[in-house]
Amino acid sequence: MLEIKNLSKRYEGGPLALDDVSFKVPQGEFLAVIGLSGSGKSTLLRCINRLIEPTAGDIIWNNINVTQASDGELRTIRRKIGMVFQHFNLVNRSSVLTNVLSGRLGYVNPAMSFFNKFPQNDIDNAYKEMERVGIAEKAHQRADELSGGQQQRVGIARAMMQKPAIILADEPVASLDPVLAHSIMQHLEKINKEEGVTILCSLHFLDLVHRYADRAIALNDGKLMFDGPPSEIDDDKFREIYGKEAERVG
Amino acid sequence: MNNNKSFKKSLGTGLAIALTLFVFAYAFQVTDVDFGTTRDEVRQTSITRVLRALAHPDIFEYETKELNVEIPFYLPCSESEMTTPDAFPADEPFLKASAYCGEASDAITIEGFNMPTYTTGPVFFITSSGVKKQLDNFQTDADGYFISEIELPNRQPVAEAQAIRATVRTNVGAPKWSDNAIATWDKIIETIFIALLATFIGTLIAIPTSFVAARNLMVENRSPLTSIAFSIIGWIIGVWTGLQAAQRLVALFAPVNENLLLGLGGLILSIGLLYGILRWSMPTEDIEKPSLGIRILSSLGIALFGIATLIFFGASFRTLGATLIEPLGIFGFLGNFIFQIGEIIVMLTPGLIAVVVGAILGNILSKLGQRTSDNMPAGQVRLINIILASLAGAVLFVLLGSVVEWFYQLSNPIKTLYWPAGVGAALGLVLALLSPAKNALPTGMIFYSITRTILNGTRSVEPLVMAIVAVIWVGIGPFAGSLALALHTVAALAKLYSEQVESISAGPIEAVQATGANQLQTIIYAVVPQIIPPYISFTMYRWDINVRMSTIIGFVGGGGIGFLLSQNINLLDYRAASAQMLAIAVVVASMDYISSVIREKYV
Repeated sequence: MLEIKNLSKRYEGGPLALDDVSFKVPQGEFLAVIGLSGSGKSTLLRCINRLIEPTAGDIIWNNINVTQASDGELRTIRRKIGMVFQHFNLVNRSSVLTNVLSGRLGYVNPAMSFFNKFPQNDIDNAYKEMERVGIAEKAHQRADELSGGQQQRVGIARAMMQKPAIILADEPVASLDPVLAHSIMQHLEKINKEEGVTILCSLHFLDLVHRYADRAIALNDGKLMFDGPPSEIDDDKFREIYGKEAERVG
Repeated sequence: MNNNKSFKKSLGTGLAIALTLFVFAYAFQVTDVDFGTTRDEVRQTSITRVLRALAHPDIFEYETKELNVEIPFYLPCSESEMTTPDAFPADEPFLKASAYCGEASDAITIEGFNMPTYTTGPVFFITSSGVKKQLDNFQTDADGYFISEIELPNRQPVAEAQAIRATVRTNVGAPKWSDNAIATWDKIIETIFIALLATFIGTLIAIPTSFVAARNLMVENRSPLTSIAFSIIGWIIGVWTGLQAAQRLVALFAPVNENLLLGLGGLILSIGLLYGILRWSMPTEDIEKPSLGIRILSSLGIALFGIATLIFFGASFRTLGATLIEPLGIFGFLGNFIFQIGEIIVMLTPGLIAVVVGAILGNILSKLGQRTSDNMPAGQVRLINIILASLAGAVLFVLLGSVVEWFYQLSNPIKTLYWPAGVGAALGLVLALLSPAKNALPTGMIFYSITRTILNGTRSVEPLVMAIVAVIWVGIGPFAGSLALALHTVAALAKLYSEQVESISAGPIEAVQATGANQLQTIIYAVVPQIIPPYISFTMYRWDINVRMSTIIGFVGGGGIGFLLSQNINLLDYRAASAQMLAIAVVVASMDYISSVIREKYV
């Protein structure tokens, strides 16, 4: 169970990016986060693993207060929270295998990182994860030699190496074409259904939300505008979330 | 209205032009521009001579053979004993004169036949005692013929025959390297190695420094005042303790210096123990944090065996190197290398021990501070902050005071001890009062600013000036040059590198941090792969610069080819200097080419 309580974030000298947001996510749920660009979706996801420090509020995950955690504790929390990014955020010049293995960094002995050495067990697991997303034969290629869809699959494999309880997916398909988008979403769905990993996924397209999410929350200007099953988003709700001028596409 | 505007504009332009002219006129005055000197005849002959010398670099020399052709000559004429040549050989070189005797200052014509073609040489008057006086230079044509007008010298009258001689020097055999070429070769090799060493050492230090000087890596390092104050006190006590301990330890291990077997045995043993304790204390995956006791024990063990390894390493390498120099013969430099490595380790050991102990104590106390700040109520934290920050401030400023004392030798404890302590304590107090008790202060940015300031200061000092200081420190020679260049390389490269770190993409860093990696792992996995190409490129560029710098660092005694070059210029031996300039040009150009090839390959 992940619980967000009265979470607010104000960037230095800016308006509130998150304004008193509260919601709960039971373990194993597929939660979609929707809203306009700049509505605070990315900030919300990054506050959960404190890549961005929240200004106020609490994040409680399995009775641990993430916002109060010390640096060391935070690293142990982060290793159970995988993250997938819009621009994949792979290390371009490293091999696919190294990128996937870097998901284990929270677990391995930091001294071994000097020698770029991982336990055999982790390497075996890395191949399994790459096979799961269908990129095992690319293991020794450089990450930037892969296509966008393949790179995002590396991103998913990296997150899965953490044996995560939660995956935060920040617009994982926004830089991909619709066909690839579905393939990536299906991978996430499979992980969600088969491994019981909670997924918080920010999305732009409502049909993806309808198709994959158990529940959706909507942000507008940092405020929580909607929290319920995707089927409840009718035209009125849609205008409330996206503004009066908005028209639905797709 | 419009007219007025355009008038103003023209006036402005006119004034600007006038001002520009004025500035350049003054610049001419200040820089002594005088193109009259360039047309001066004396100066033109000098520059012609120098340029021609430069065009004849002193690189090759030949064995030479002298061909002397003589005719007898009487000065003054004496009727009785005079013999004149009557028959001339058909195919051997010979001279013919318009007269075979004469008075001083008489003009006569000398003709040469069958001489080597297209050569030049001197015409001498040879006195009866064998003294040579040059009368003219001749030049032969395609037939080996020359004609030369000479004026007879004013000599003491002698009755017997003297001689007029034409000499031709011809090169025989293959060209040989001249002494100057060999010296140039020696020194250019030295130059390249100065540059190599300076670049290597400089890069080694510049890489970690550049991470500290990169804003994007440092900006997130923040810690509360309690932790900072604790850490400062811990570091200072630790470093002091470390230095004391190092003295004792070095004295304790003194026998190792005498006995090679003891040293090597100790080295192997301590490395083995260090490896063992590392394997024991750090499993490959830490799912569970080990208990505090185990962690303290293991860090103590690592520190202990690490220090032992260091001491044994230094001592045994020194002894080993020293014993190897003789038996290795021409490879004795390998023995010297081992000896010098040992020497470096021995030199660094006390400092390293001090830093290690300081780091351990500083870290432990800093964690303690962090806990205090996290767990205690704000009021108490503030009270602790006030006490600790004052103390830490006082200690820091006393250290600064002792630096001042060292430089200026004031010998006045009020100025260099009590005042700094008071000011430091007051500053610490003000900081503790002004900053909210539990707020994290930007420690990273403090380190960043200090590093940047030091780098900028060091970089603004020319390597030539550094070399002068280094020459005073370690004496004239290539070592001084290497030190000076290495120092400048650190400053220049660390800045260039850090700007590369600042411009890398933040995405991978974010992704690696999100996996729970610590800062070191983030640097290794997200930062390093991104900066390898620009780092290689800048290192090559710097090597290029260092080669160029090392060619002139010899002007101030820093070794390398510059020493030879300045010497030859001072001796007005422009042909020799020309060889050195040529060598520099070849090396710099090929460096340029090699570095561009390597950069193209890796970037």
